[in-house]
Amino acid sequence: MKKSVFLGTLAATTVLSGAVFAATLDDVKARGELICGANTGLTGFAAPDANGEYQGFDAALCKAVAAAVLGDPTKVKFVPLTGETRFTALASGEVDLLVRNSTWTYSRDTDLKFDFVAVNYYDGQGFMVKKDLGVASAKELDGATVCIQTGTTTELNLADFFKSNNITYTPVTVVDDTEAANQYLAGACDAYTTDASGLAATRATLADAENHIILPEIISKEPLGPVVRHGDNNWGDIVRWTYYALLIAEEKGITKANLEEVAASTTDPETRRLLGLEGEMGVMMGLDNNWAKNAIAVSGNYGEIFEANLGTSTPIGLARGLNALWTQGGLQYAPPVR
Amino acid sequence: MSNSHFVRTQMLPPQKPPVGETGVIKWMRENLFSNWFNTLLTFLGLWAVYALVSGSAPWFLNGVWTASSVDECRAIIAASAGEGASGACWAMINERWHQFMFGFFDREEYWRPLLAFGLLFVALSPVLYFNLRRPTMIMTAGAGVVLVMLLWAVGTDGWHLSLAAVLMAALAALAWVAPKKLLWVTLAFPATAFFLLWGGSVWAPIGVMLGFGIAVLVWRSLVSVIGVSPAAGVAALTALIWWGFVQGHVTGFLANALPFFSLPAEDSDRFGGFLLSFVIGVSAISASLPIGILLALGRRSDMFLIKTLSVGFIEFVRGVPLITMLFTASLLLQYFLPPQTNFDLILRVIILVSLFASAYIAEVIRGGLAALPRGQQEAADSLGLDYWQAQRLIIMPQALKVAIPGIVSSFIGLFKDTTLVALVGLADPLQGVTKVVKADIAWKAAYWEPFIFVGAIFFIFCFSMSRYSMYLEQKLKTDHR
Repeated sequence: MKKSVFLGTLAATTVLSGAVFAATLDDVKARGELICGANTGLTGFAAPDANGEYQGFDAALCKAVAAAVLGDPTKVKFVPLTGETRFTALASGEVDLLVRNSTWTYSRDTDLKFDFVAVNYYDGQGFMVKKDLGVASAKELDGATVCIQTGTTTELNLADFFKSNNITYTPVTVVDDTEAANQYLAGACDAYTTDASGLAATRATLADAENHIILPEIISKEPLGPVVRHGDNNWGDIVRWTYYALLIAEEKGITKANLEEVAASTTDPETRRLLGLEGEMGVMMGLDNNWAKNAIAVSGNYGEIFEANLGTSTPIGLARGLNALWTQGGLQYAPPVR
Repeated sequence: MSNSHFVRTQMLPPQKPPVGETGVIKWMRENLFSNWFNTLLTFLGLWAVYALVSGSAPWFLNGVWTASSVDECRAIIAASAGEGASGACWAMINERWHQFMFGFFDREEYWRPLLAFGLLFVALSPVLYFNLRRPTMIMTAGAGVVLVMLLWAVGTDGWHLSLAAVLMAALAALAWVAPKKLLWVTLAFPATAFFLLWGGSVWAPIGVMLGFGIAVLVWRSLVSVIGVSPAAGVAALTALIWWGFVQGHVTGFLANALPFFSLPAEDSDRFGGFLLSFVIGVSAISASLPIGILLALGRRSDMFLIKTLSVGFIEFVRGVPLITMLFTASLLLQYFLPPQTNFDLILRVIILVSLFASAYIAEVIRGGLAALPRGQQEAADSLGLDYWQAQRLIIMPQALKVAIPGIVSSFIGLFKDTTLVALVGLADPLQGVTKVVKADIAWKAAYWEPFIFVGAIFFIFCFSMSRYSMYLEQKLKTDHR
């Protein structure tokens, strides 16, 4: 999520940084396929399943965009990208859209010349410890050994947190997530820190999950969202509003199951505009008027996507938390369609 | 007269040597317990072996082969071996072996990469065994039998299974009747393998091969007229013109006129696992040897330009890590190409890995060349052989023989290095596919199983290569030792 962005910087400063990829929409339509940069494999967010088809929370957004633009959710090609290659792939035009758990930060937005068009998951860094350590708060971790992935912003967040709380720790650095979990289980460290969603997924797979707790402190802001290139605002709008359409659908109670029924019977003006029954909303972006309906039809509204991939009904079992709708105390808030 | 002298009329049977000087005991005394220090080392060694085996054996023995998740594995192990016992969850491999092997290749089409794999051995046999009838035949027939078994194991339909069986039987018969003819299979293999793996119309790979055919024809008809190097240049130019301007029209026309010779196209982002490792490894290995030979000769050449270019290339490539090359392939090349060009990532990686390997092979071969006495070249000159004849008939056979161990270890290293492509997001078996499989929450908790499985398969192939190189050295040992 936060690997060093050297190559991305390199990319942004090379010749093509000023080049215009103005008409991503035209390219996608001409190609008949959306190329979506995805994670090489992250539980719940994006990974190929046993049949090689990409599934997950982020993958569902790519499919929704493909459905909105091309009318067919299968017209999407997923390009697996690593932490190092993702930004260059986007900058060089190899992918149209990057949905790869990328944290929205200032320098990525400005210096790397990208646009984070929305936040589809509010994450944050947390800690997992063994229950018998007898710790109830991260502030009690004075002198602890902490397993952490190298070269990520988690490492910096960790240093900041301990420094600002005037406590000490010993880092045990490891290369990747699996290794970190393995070290933690082997007892090489007292606590394991990474994004809370990752901690939940790891904890869910432990043989003795009940003996491990995730501490309440979230020590960083990790707003993850879809990314597009600077300078093609129309394309950015399409991705942003496809995402918002999923949010509004949840707000209005439109699900995959009742979509047709709602479309046939609704009298709510905003719903009618969203589903293309009234006005020329899709045409304003260069799409069909039933763009939002197509997007919702793929895997349902935002809440359904969340529940199917990350939510309490899955083994990962994440609560909505900050990702609940604004009407339910969360941060997910879509502007009106009008 | 007393018979006082004694003449033995029959030999005494030889006595048995002392117990300590024979058999196992002698061997143990000499090799394991010859002095107190070696005795100590022996016991330490035994203890280490015991600790390893007793530590890991339960884990292997408790292994579970059928389950739907690591949790289920744990439950089965707890039920069979008692609470707290550890065990391998091979069910992960059992459920996802096809991704470790073929990546995301269409499951209905597994016969294609397998057939290509079988043909690879047929294509290799005349090269590896110099047209010797028996080993060529054994290798071809063996590849056929293994192929049919593999095809059956992945559940290929009867039609393709019998097609492959008939083809391999025909090739085995050919190997017996005329082993030299198999070289044609070798020459046609790149196009065949490309067609089988990527699918699409059969005419495109045929067109590419025709380019080589045209080049050979041109070279043959010109070489006696204008000499080796100009003829090679004209031939290369003709082939380039064919590939660049003519081939597209011809093959496009044929593909439209005769569309039935085609297989469903398979995108290269569906390649992964050992299929990817083999595609990259085999292409890079077979491309790097000829390029390496040319570079090694270029480096020893008297011609300033050729020498400088060769040295520059070799030293530059050897000076940068392979990972840099991979990042160049995946990231930088995209900037130099026009936007929206879709230049296949696997192809880019194959090209750069081949260039990387050829620089190393060039130096290994240069080592072989340096080992030859100067007199060999002079002898060739005195026979009136020209440069290429001398290289082909006198120098290279000897130099390559000396360089075999180095060449093979470069190849083994290259094959293992193919796992580095995970860094550019390709699904190599070790890291890429493992990550994909472990992203499934059911298998997330597995740790050693994929490493052991992938490691074992790599070992089989690398060890075979190494044994073959020993066979080859033994076979070619004709010299001064």
